[in-house]
Amino acid sequence: MKAKVYVTLKKSVLDPQGKTVQHALSSLGFHEVKDVRMGKYIELELDGLDKSKAESKVRAMCEKLLANTVIEEYRYEIQG
Amino acid sequence: MKFGVVVFPGSNCDYDCYHVLKHVLNQQAEFVWHKDWDIKKFDCIVLPGGFSYGDYLRTGAIARFSPVMESIVHHSNQGKPVIGICNGFQILLEAGLLPGAMLRNDSLKFVCRHVYLRVENTETPFTRKTKKDEVLRLPIAHGEGNYFAPKPVLDGLIKNRQILLRYTDETGTVTEGANPNGSRENIAGICNLKGNVFGLMPHPERASERELGSTDGIKIFKSILSSS
Repeated sequence: MKAKVYVTLKKSVLDPQGKTVQHALSSLGFHEVKDVRMGKYIELELDGLDKSKAESKVRAMCEKLLANTVIEEYRYEIQG
Repeated sequence: MKFGVVVFPGSNCDYDCYHVLKHVLNQQAEFVWHKDWDIKKFDCIVLPGGFSYGDYLRTGAIARFSPVMESIVHHSNQGKPVIGICNGFQILLEAGLLPGAMLRNDSLKFVCRHVYLRVENTETPFTRKTKKDEVLRLPIAHGEGNYFAPKPVLDGLIKNRQILLRYTDETGTVTEGANPNGSRENIAGICNLKGNVFGLMPHPERASERELGSTDGIKIFKSILSSS
């Protein structure tokens, strides 16, 4: 079973890296880009769990380590 | 006074701290490997700067689960002093011993230079050897020192006088231009509510001898000594 975790800065937190990438895209002519949020993508291989158990485990991993919920939000998908 | 300087894989200011404590201030100092948990004999714990665990995931995020950290929580609960410098500050934030979090510098650049800092509260174990509104000159060297906390937390820090250092200009005036990294409220250092845990981005250990261009940093360490 595989879990895909996405961690990004909260909407209320300014993302200077995202802003810089947005400006770079804009200077290349991609003016339709209104906002860029940078983040992290984490893939987890899970073993020996059913789907609902995996769900609660992955949430615990995000809360405890993978995201810092003072500044970041996370979402995840569980496959297989 | 007996200091324990914690060493994580990737710490690189541990020897600087040890040197200042042992050879400049003639105190007892020992290194503490991050897997040790028995720190009872120490009066003060120092979390030095560096790049613990290569800054993987987030700065301080992995180090905060090192075995020694549980003992440090216990040490701080007893009211004993803990000082976290640079990466040490980041670890204290990740561990929840101090409120808030660090973002990347708003310039996206690693900033390495001397800055001016105003002491905001001289009635703490870390600042009592400084004068009211004194301006210190200390070096910073970090890529992630952009202090962030939600508004209610910032209000609490101000109200409870937990902000100990702010980035200012030479005259001690808080300005946007004097802020090297985008920190909220120009925050360079904060303490916990009890006042015994202090985190700061500047490096006092790199400014404790005349040869290094500034001796302002020694005032922080001398404050700790005078409070024991």
